Amino acid sequence: MSEQNHFVIGYGTFVRVWCALLALTVLTVGASRIDLGAFNVWLALFIASAKSSLVLLFFMHLKYEKPLFAWMFLSALSILAIFLGFTFFDVLYR
Amino acid sequence: MHKDYTGAKMGMWLFLFSELLLFGGLFILYAVSLNRHGAAFAAAGQELDWMLGTLNTLVLLTSSLTAALAVSAIQQGKAQMALRCLWATIGFALGFLVVKYVEWGTKIHHGLYPGGAELAGREAGQMSFFNLYYVTTGLHGLHVIIGGLVLGWVIIKVRQGKVHGGDFVLLENSVLYWHLVDLIWIFIFPLYYLVL
Repeated sequence: MSEQNHFVIGYGTFVRVWCALLALTVLTVGASRIDLGAFNVWLALFIASAKSSLVLLFFMHLKYEKPLFAWMFLSALSILAIFLGFTFFDVLYR
Repeated sequence: MHKDYTGAKMGMWLFLFSELLLFGGLFILYAVSLNRHGAAFAAAGQELDWMLGTLNTLVLLTSSLTAALAVSAIQQGKAQMALRCLWATIGFALGFLVVKYVEWGTKIHHGLYPGGAELAGREAGQMSFFNLYYVTTGLHGLHVIIGGLVLGWVIIKVRQGKVHGGDFVLLENSVLYWHLVDLIWIFIFPLYYLVL
C-alpha cells in the first residue's frame, strides 16, 4: 500500500451528479413521448452519452485520475466506435 | 507487502473495456435488426413497459450513487459508513432484479419468449426484437447478480478489516464494475424502452 495519494470526492458532489442524472432521465423519457421521427433515436443517444459522461467522470473518478486513464478510455472508445461504425456501414451499403 | 495501486486499477479498467466490447456487439445487433426489420421490430419494442424501465433506471442510478459514496467513505477511513452504502447498493440491486423478474414474468406468461406460443406466430422482426431483448437484458441482469455478489464479498473484507482507509483498491475496483453495469443500462434503457 504505497501511493494511495488520492483526492477524496465529497458526498455533496456525488449527490449533485445523481440529481443531474435523474433530471436527464426525466428529460429522455419526456423527449421520447414527442414524435420527432428518426431524430428521437439520436436525441436519446445524445442524452445517454451525457449521462454516461457524468458517471465516468465523477462516479468512476476519471476526472480525478491520472490523464493516462482518460487516454486509455478514449482509445477503447475509439476501437468500439470503429467496430460499431464499420460494421454498420457494411450492413447499410453492402 | 508492496501493492501496486495504479496497476490494480488499470487492470480493472482493461477488463471493463472488454465488457464494453461485449455489449457493443449486442448494440450492433440491435442497430442491424432495426435497420433490417424497421416497423415490426419497433412494434415489438412498444410492447415493453417503459414505466418499469424508468423505475429500474432510477433504482440503478441511485445504486450507483451509494456505491460511489462507499468509496469516498472508505478513503476517509469511515468503514461503518462504507458498509451502509454497500448494503444499500446491494438492496437496490435486488430491487432491480425484482422489477426485472416481474417484467420477464409478464412477458413469458403471455407466451412472448423465444419458442413461446405467442411469439412463434409473429413476424420475424418481432421475434428478432424479443430474442435480442432477452439476450441483452439477460446478460445485463447476470452482471447485476455478479456485481451484487462481488459487493457482498467486499462487505466481508471490510468487516474483517482487510479493506480499510489505507488499502481500499478492492472496494474501488468492485465499485467500478458496478458503475459499468449502470453505464450499460443507461444505453439499454432508451434504446429498448423508449425510442421504438
